[in-house]
Amino acid sequence: MAELYELTIDAAHHALAKRELLSVELTEAVLRRIEATEPHLHAFITVSADTALAQARVADERLARGDAPALCGVPIGIKDVILTRGIRSTAGSKILGNFVPPYNATVTQKLLDAGAVCVGKLNCDEFAMGSSTENSAYQVTRNPWNGERVPGGSSGGSAAAVAAGQCLGSLGTDTGGSIRQPAACCGVVGIKPTYGRVSRYGVVAYASSLDQVGPFGRSVADCAHILSTIAGHDPLDSTCVNRPVPDYRAALTGNLKGLRLGLPKEYFVEGMQPEVERAIRDAVSQLNALGAEVDDVSLPHTEYAIPAYYLIATAEASSNLSRYDGIKYGYRGQGEALLDMYKRTRAEGFGAEVKRRIMLGTYALSSGYYDAYYLKAQKVRTLIRNDFLAVFERCHAIVAPTAPTTAFPIGDKTSDPLQMYLEDIFTVSVNLAGLPGLSLPCGFDQHGLPIGLQIIGRPLEEETVLNVAHAYQQATEWRRTSRQHAVGSWQ
Amino acid sequence: MPLSVDDVRHIALLARLELTPEEETAFASQLDHILSHFERLKQLDTESVVPTAHILAIETPFRDDVVRNRPAVDSLLANAPERDNRFFKVPKIIE
Repeated sequence: MAELYELTIDAAHHALAKRELLSVELTEAVLRRIEATEPHLHAFITVSADTALAQARVADERLARGDAPALCGVPIGIKDVILTRGIRSTAGSKILGNFVPPYNATVTQKLLDAGAVCVGKLNCDEFAMGSSTENSAYQVTRNPWNGERVPGGSSGGSAAAVAAGQCLGSLGTDTGGSIRQPAACCGVVGIKPTYGRVSRYGVVAYASSLDQVGPFGRSVADCAHILSTIAGHDPLDSTCVNRPVPDYRAALTGNLKGLRLGLPKEYFVEGMQPEVERAIRDAVSQLNALGAEVDDVSLPHTEYAIPAYYLIATAEASSNLSRYDGIKYGYRGQGEALLDMYKRTRAEGFGAEVKRRIMLGTYALSSGYYDAYYLKAQKVRTLIRNDFLAVFERCHAIVAPTAPTTAFPIGDKTSDPLQMYLEDIFTVSVNLAGLPGLSLPCGFDQHGLPIGLQIIGRPLEEETVLNVAHAYQQATEWRRTSRQHAVGSWQ
Repeated sequence: MPLSVDDVRHIALLARLELTPEEETAFASQLDHILSHFERLKQLDTESVVPTAHILAIETPFRDDVVRNRPAVDSLLANAPERDNRFFKVPKIIE
């Protein structure tokens, strides 16, 4: 007998709409699961049990009236960089330790308008800067598959919570891989939409030209439900695209006939875990068997993506994080005069990685260095984007590994920041080019750790990306195994 | 051009960060290591390449300059580290 918290959103929605299940029952089951697993997992910074149950009761009334959007009554977790009115939102930082937002992010509001139940705020690397969730100022979230391993980052809490049954879906953000890489580490599905597809209003900004909000789910269909709910134009975000939002769930036909996929040769590198390479190549065979053609392609500027990303992202971050000055909100350090107060506030409120990135970005923008660093990186960004657009003239989508390794041990990469940055080698190009990218499980390594397959699409073609992933997921066993195992390991 | 501790002090001042002497030394070394890796961008000829400032070909959306919401003053001051009635209280700005 499956537990209620193991339900997919698809299954839960059907049961809730038919009144076979109450949102209150489902939410209580999820809250009990959170209570049982949090001492080991540490995925949540704040659990909002009372508001969740109140939302569940309202959802039940709505469902009883026959008003049942896909997420109505469904328990969802939200990454702590996404603002939730009245619920503490820290961005994983001490500098916002007591910050209670007076407004909702647009994506939060859309979830609430659809009747979703917010069970809490999920742990992340501080200000979304990191690839392991070890930079959180609060706690290190554990990988549900192995407690000594990282869940990935920066959206480690969001990925782990879904994998462990602490919520049926969650929201994360992705600036250089922070949805896709934790999805791969935790054996769940995660998608970063096209830049501008989802509003960034009310999302704590890291790098404004790269950040995107996206869903985690145990199935591709679940991610499709969440994406349909949160996507769309927002007059409050001037970088949003104004295009209609498709019914992503309906686009999951599973039919890949006539589809041409590209496999970039630059994404198979020395130092990559051999089991990861093998799993990706096996996935390619599977996609072939499902009717897709897979060709070798080239993205020649791949090796320049990490430097370009870390110069652009840190430059934008240095500007975005200048607002944390102890004046209107957040932590304030001591200082008789203003400058001292600024310096001490930020020294005491920010962690080491955040300071490192602020300084890197400040340097890249500073007088005498702007041309050599920031401007250069912006030009290389054009070259990287052009590589993808050239491939997309022949291919409908690209398949690739999500990360060069499976989840690494906690503490393994913290002594060399550059080593940590290189974990993002397969994900950052997608943010630089503004494309949609998804990761889903495609196998396990010899330690039983999940491996992620990445699917990258043309701008605003999330339907294709989701459909390729859905077809693959329906045809393979990884999802069934992962749900049993990840959930079972926390008995 | 290795990054010196003086360089780090200058950057820290621009970034309004106070660093301990240990942090200054550690950051100088780490940032230098990271920037060395980034030197490879120089290998690329980008003379005639247009920088990408924004991915999408959209125009800046405008709206009428009309107030559309007035949050209650208390909700805006609720997170203030120090407040005085309707004001944020701050350390002195001018000596």
